[in-house]
Amino acid sequence: MPPVLLAKGLEKRYGRTEALSGVDLEVGEGQLVGLLGPNGAGKSTLVKIACGLVRASAGSVEVCGAPAGSPPARRSLGYLAELFRFPSWMSADELLTLHQRLAGSTGGAAERTELLELVGLPHARATRVAAMSKGMQQRLGIAQALVGSPRLLLLDEPTSALDPAGRRVVRGLLEELRRRGTSVLLNSHLLSEVELVCDHVVIVDHGRVVAAGTPDQLRRQGGVEVETATGTRVFEDARREDVPRIVRELVAAGEEIYEVRVVASSLEDVYLEVVD
Amino acid sequence: MTTIILYGLRESLRRKMFAVVLVLTVLFLSLYAWGTHEAFKDTRGFVGVGQGNLNSEQLAGAIVFGLAMFATLFLGAVLAVFLTLNVVRGDAEAGLLQPLVVRPIGRTQLLLARFAGAAGVCVAYVLAVYFASVGITYWAGGWSPDRLVSPGIELAAAIVVVSSLALAGSVFLSPIANGIGTLMVFGAGLMAGLLGEIGHAINSHKLQHISRIAWWFVPFDALYEDALHRLTVNTTGFAKFVLELGPFGGSHRAGTPLLVWSVLYLVFVLAAAVTAFKRRDL
Repeated sequence: MPPVLLAKGLEKRYGRTEALSGVDLEVGEGQLVGLLGPNGAGKSTLVKIACGLVRASAGSVEVCGAPAGSPPARRSLGYLAELFRFPSWMSADELLTLHQRLAGSTGGAAERTELLELVGLPHARATRVAAMSKGMQQRLGIAQALVGSPRLLLLDEPTSALDPAGRRVVRGLLEELRRRGTSVLLNSHLLSEVELVCDHVVIVDHGRVVAAGTPDQLRRQGGVEVETATGTRVFEDARREDVPRIVRELVAAGEEIYEVRVVASSLEDVYLEVVD
Repeated sequence: MTTIILYGLRESLRRKMFAVVLVLTVLFLSLYAWGTHEAFKDTRGFVGVGQGNLNSEQLAGAIVFGLAMFATLFLGAVLAVFLTLNVVRGDAEAGLLQPLVVRPIGRTQLLLARFAGAAGVCVAYVLAVYFASVGITYWAGGWSPDRLVSPGIELAAAIVVVSSLALAGSVFLSPIANGIGTLMVFGAGLMAGLLGEIGHAINSHKLQHISRIAWWFVPFDALYEDALHRLTVNTTGFAKFVLELGPFGGSHRAGTPLLVWSVLYLVFVLAAAVTAFKRRDL
């Protein structure tokens, strides 16, 4: 099955600044891909090129087989910008109705109700944007992006204004989207969030992909620690499969063993290692 | 496209923009009615020395209605600028534009729809004020323009041109810079027209020539002067001479080439705005 989002050799220059330098990225059908990187790494530029807001200097991006920014590509995606605002005079229902019309969605009131429930705003239907907290607006933004059931959802920092409860709602929402088979490219600073929900992680720095893989692939094992009667023994180069041998040898040497830990680096360790 | 046009209209309604415009317009029309009534009363039967052919009602009617035309042009221009000054860069900087642009409607339709909405409002407004002024002038002094409909249409067309300039400016400039810039261009156009009038009064062909050249760059003034010309197209004698020197811009026939150029100018400005918008990173 062809990827839902495919970027090849993507480059973007703003004057002398190189925001992206040859980025390759793929989001498969139903895949939830996390995009990580420091501020100014090029993540938002990449997302903006994918949804047609910014033109690439070189390379190509395809959304569901259509060039990014083309009408078929725009019909296939939903987008929540990092910095967005909705008209303060609109109610949640009016905003979703506007986007339904623009997206050509025929979901009507049922879709609007479902989306507001999905993002935890079932009672905010008639609430005006001006009366909403930033967190509520962000959740409404996610609902807006989901109008018309897009095949690809591009979320740029969707939880930046949310409290822990709001973040949990979004995590649950992402799980639900995965269940429905919607592909998601999630641009986030929250490594724990990405680690929890994403199938695949791409780390970008200085406009280049510096690491990519599943969270398990990226997390490297960092040795084995054994608690013995004489203290903690560390086997730095050991891996999980070495544990039975290590235990056997220690017992044979007369050690009493209380606990064995396989030490693995977290995504945060990997991130800090690959990012300057 | 209709969705975006309605979105623009509802935005203006909800932000009470129309309410403010309505109140100020009613205020202007009330003052105009009072002023016109007094002007006709004071000039009735007035004939100055050596001005035996002067029709005082015609003179008073055309001059006060010239004021109404100027005020309508000014109010229409302010409305046009404020409806369009933030359409692209302002809305993009606020984060309002991006969620709309990524939808299938596309940039060309989005921009043209915003223009159509703003232009539609301006045209309706200008025609309403124009015909209200015609009614008031007729009620106060029994005077009506020689051509009733075409001056209103030309006045509305002039505002549509101004609104296209503000829309195009919004692609490149921040709202404040765009508002100031467009209103200064508007003012410069009117100044060029007045320069032509001075040239006419002192018989300076150079000043008149400069004014005519300016018409090609800012054709809204040509439309405005042509509209003024049509108000008194059948008037002759001293009254005609005074009216051509009118205090609110001269009344001169623009001619078919300039009227055609105004349409082409509008198309060029909109095409330039669309092209620049399509190339702009948001």
